[in-house]
Amino acid sequence: MKDVREALMIGRNSEGKLVRRPVSPFMLGSAYRFQMSSLSSILHRITGCALGAGTILMTLWLVCAASGDGAFSIIQAIWASWIGMLILFGFTVALFYHFCNGIRHLAWDSGKGFELPDMHRNGKLVFAGTVALTVLFWVVALLVW
Amino acid sequence: MAEFKLPANSKIGTGKTYKAEAGAKRVKSFQVYRWNPDDGKNPVMDTYEVDLDKCGPMVLDAIIKIKNEIDSSLTFRRSCREGICGSCAMNIDGTNTLACLKPIAEVKGDVKITPLPHMPVVKDLVPDLSQPYAQLRSIEPWLQSDTPAPPDEERLQSKEERAELDGLWECILCFCCSTSCPSYWWNGDRYLGPAVLLQAYRWIADSRDEATGKRLDALEDPFKLYRCHTIMNCTQTCPKGLNPAKAIGKIKQLMLERQA
Repeated sequence: MKDVREALMIGRNSEGKLVRRPVSPFMLGSAYRFQMSSLSSILHRITGCALGAGTILMTLWLVCAASGDGAFSIIQAIWASWIGMLILFGFTVALFYHFCNGIRHLAWDSGKGFELPDMHRNGKLVFAGTVALTVLFWVVALLVW
Repeated sequence: MAEFKLPANSKIGTGKTYKAEAGAKRVKSFQVYRWNPDDGKNPVMDTYEVDLDKCGPMVLDAIIKIKNEIDSSLTFRRSCREGICGSCAMNIDGTNTLACLKPIAEVKGDVKITPLPHMPVVKDLVPDLSQPYAQLRSIEPWLQSDTPAPPDEERLQSKEERAELDGLWECILCFCCSTSCPSYWWNGDRYLGPAVLLQAYRWIADSRDEATGKRLDALEDPFKLYRCHTIMNCTQTCPKGLNPAKAIGKIKQLMLERQA
C-alpha cells in the first residue's frame, strides 16, 4: 500500500515498540472465493482490455487493406492461419461477453437487477448468451466463407 | 494503488498442528490465521483439530472452544454470538461472514479462517478497522435538519417514508461487505466502500433529513462513490442479507436525476 492507509500498517507490540503489521490475505481465487459477482465483473474487465487490443489488430487489417494488394494478401493469410483464427475466435468471445454483460450493467445503471437471485440468473444468461452468439456468429461466418 | 500480491512481511507460512484428542469420532480441521506482533515473524496458518461431538454448531463455537481448551493465545473479537453486534466478522471458507452465523456444517473440508481481507492485522483474526470508521464519520451519519423538531412530539414519518429505510437501518457495521470488495482493497484510501455508502444512503433516504443536497455534493467524486463498479461482492456476502450495491445504485441515480 502506498497511500494514506500506510499509517495504519504501523502498530505496537506488547512492549510498546513499533512493529509493521501484515496485510490480511485478500486476492480473488487464493484468499477470496470467486463467485458469480466477482467472476462476471473481472471477465468484463478482461474482455474489455482484450477488445482494446483486438481493435488495434482490426485497425492493422484496415491499414493493410488500404495500402494495397501485397499487404492485404499477407494479413489475410495471417488471419486464415489457425493461430489467426484462434485470435479472431477469442475476439468474438470477448466481444459478445462484453456486449451481453454491458446490457447487464445498463440494467444496473437504471436501478434494476440488484437482487441476488436476479444477479445470479442474469449472470448465467450472460454466459449462455456469449456461447450462443459466438457459435451463431461462427456458423454464419464459416458458411459465408 | 492496486496490488495483487501480499507484501513480503504478510506472506503466510505453515504453523503448528494441534491434533484432536484420541477417541474423537467427528474431527474437523480448522486452519486459522495467526500473527503475533511480539514474535517478529510472518503470519502462519495453525491447524486445530476439533471434535464436533463436543462443539457447538457454529464456527464461533469452534474458535471459542479452541481458545478455551486448546490454545488460549488465539485472538479474535466476539460479543453477542447472535449476529447483531458484528464483532466476529471474518473470512471463513473464502467469503466474509459472521462466525456466529456460519454453521460449521456448511463448510466442506477444512475450515479456513482469516481476518477480513486487505486490512492491517492487529493480532490473529483482529483487523484494524480505523479506516472504515473514519470514512463512516466523514459521511456524517446523523440526522441533519434546519427545521426545529416539534416541541411536544417526535419528527413523524408516514409508513411509506419509514419503509424507505428498511434494508438500510439493519446494517451492523461489521464491514464484511467493504472488505469483500476488490475495489475497496485497491482504492480503499479514497473509495468509501459499500458499508459506508449504504449508511450514506440511509441518511439520504430519510424523509426527516434535510441535508440531502449537501450529502450528495460530498459524494460527487470519482473515487468516494464512483469506484463502485457493481461487482456485487458486497451484497453476495452481507451476513444480514442487506443490499449495499442497490443502495449505491440509488445514490448514483440521484446524482443523475439532480443534473437533469
